[in-house]
Amino acid sequence: MIASNPFSATESAAVRRDQDHYRCEGRWTLAGIETLDAQLQDVHWASGALQLDGSGIQAIDTIGALQLLNLVAALERDGRRVQLVGLHEEHRELLDLVRERRAAAGEPPPTTPSRNRLERLGRWAWHHLRRGGDFLAFVGEAALALGQLLLHPRRFRWRALFGNVETAGVHALPIVALLAFMMGVVIAYQGGRQLEFYGANIFIVELVALTMLRELAPLITAIIVAGRTGSSYTAQIGTMQVTEEVDALRTIGIPPMNLLVLPKLLALVVALPLLTLFADALSVFGGMVMARTMLDVSYGDFLDRFPRVVTLTSFLIGIGKAPVFAAIIALVGCYQGFQVRGGADAVGRQTTVSVVQSIFLVIAADALFSVVLGSVGLWR
Amino acid sequence: MALSMGPTEKVIEIRGLRTRFGETIIHDNLDLDIPRGEVVALVGGSGSGKTTLVRAVIMLLKPAAGSIKLFGEEVVGIGDGPAFRLRRRFGMLFQQGALFGSLTVRENVAVPLREHTRLPVQRIAEIADLKIALAGLPADAGNKLPRELSGGMLKRAALARALALDPALLFLDEPTSGLDPVSAGAFDELVVQLKESLGLTVVMVTHDLDSLWHATDRVAFLGEKRVIGYAPMAELVTAEHPLIRAYFEGPRGRAARGQTCTAK
Repeated sequence: MIASNPFSATESAAVRRDQDHYRCEGRWTLAGIETLDAQLQDVHWASGALQLDGSGIQAIDTIGALQLLNLVAALERDGRRVQLVGLHEEHRELLDLVRERRAAAGEPPPTTPSRNRLERLGRWAWHHLRRGGDFLAFVGEAALALGQLLLHPRRFRWRALFGNVETAGVHALPIVALLAFMMGVVIAYQGGRQLEFYGANIFIVELVALTMLRELAPLITAIIVAGRTGSSYTAQIGTMQVTEEVDALRTIGIPPMNLLVLPKLLALVVALPLLTLFADALSVFGGMVMARTMLDVSYGDFLDRFPRVVTLTSFLIGIGKAPVFAAIIALVGCYQGFQVRGGADAVGRQTTVSVVQSIFLVIAADALFSVVLGSVGLWR
Repeated sequence: MALSMGPTEKVIEIRGLRTRFGETIIHDNLDLDIPRGEVVALVGGSGSGKTTLVRAVIMLLKPAAGSIKLFGEEVVGIGDGPAFRLRRRFGMLFQQGALFGSLTVRENVAVPLREHTRLPVQRIAEIADLKIALAGLPADAGNKLPRELSGGMLKRAALARALALDPALLFLDEPTSGLDPVSAGAFDELVVQLKESLGLTVVMVTHDLDSLWHATDRVAFLGEKRVIGYAPMAELVTAEHPLIRAYFEGPRGRAARGQTCTAK
């Protein structure tokens, strides 16, 4: 009968010397061996042949057996001949089991030497370069699938499209409304202070309308959608990748691109401009509220001046950026989802990467728009 | 907390257990005793609540009514402190392994050791390597991530983690499902070997008829929301209950039994 209950440990494992005789005592179990290392330091070991008597061992588990085998090995390494005697039958069996299993497992392989800095930098750069290439290939594949879709429009998954428009667009309305309104208030408040100083209150209309319609509303909306929808695309596809659902789709003959990517891409390309339009309206309204309370510009005056200072071009540039941002967010989100390998932690990691990359690319694209549109003279 | 560990002592004692998911009642008035040092299998058709029963015993699921005693301690309504101490005394092998994907196999096995002991890091690594070897994995498996392992190796790695603290009680949820016959046989043999040399009590959920014949001391048959048969395998197959007969009288059941008879 071997009791391996660590909690009934009353006596720690120990080795006591009695002339040429070394007696193992106590409970050689997980709970009993915590003080064993310290105790073994105090034992004076004779050189030459010695006998280790295991008859005093009250209980032993695999961890205790490991300690006993290690002890014997250490003594033999120092040139002693050790004879293990007096073990109970069950204890010996356990010891044999541990010895046998360890021998069967073999020696653990040496750990790979750590790489030097230059090599790590090289591998890092190569990895990112390849990822960049992979992403371009993914964009190409998506474009091809889109082209095929135009040839066979009846195969398109309309339900998936409308479902995605609802979750990415309609469900985002409240948060977009709130943030756009607050942006309008902030811009009007900050700018209004300066305009009031020069007595140029009425120019608040230009300030709010142009910043919002042309730059901030599309950008804010895209950032919200990247955090809200892009991340969910990555997490969804990533989890499907982990549970082999993506492979199941391929096996059934449904290209994941058609079911998982194109509806998301097209849904966002539709939803984001509409959301941007909504954000335009709410942010200008926020500006109007602030203009009236702080600068005494009435709603009437504001709306009267509004169409005269905002050109159609400015408005369209703002809205026109939205589909580009949408494509960036959807493609990055889906691509990162397909990059998931392994388990739960990989889903989390790729989701983070997805949001950071899509926001980065959205802002970079916005900067590119400014430069290009400026250089062709579309300032207003 | 010295417990008298007599040979007839019950490691698990379930009385009047009732569990439910929403409106669906899984177990109703279920009684089951598991004696120390035996390998007990839970069998029954799909959806008969085998895994649910294990989850209730290991405190992952709160029963609606009844009593479950683990090592003589009531676990229904147990506090955090006693629960933590009890958890040190059993290991669980989950059906899908449930290894932590971001950790290597060795780190996975070390998690319970790091959490429950104050042993030095070096010693913990050594013990983890031993458990990996005990589970029958080659030594280089320790450095691998779970996703780099095959199904059979994954089960063994999960067993190594379940064995980390040398528990007195081991729960195995379908340990041999998805294994090739050779690995499944080796797994059964390992379980029996561990039981004999460590005095382990093993509760396993299984559909593997070969395991039932070769590795178990007793089999509990779950059906009609309770245990409808509880006996050694040779006795259970002669039971009259229609559910039990349907389960064992199929061609697969007979084939496994025939093999055992000729082997003996």
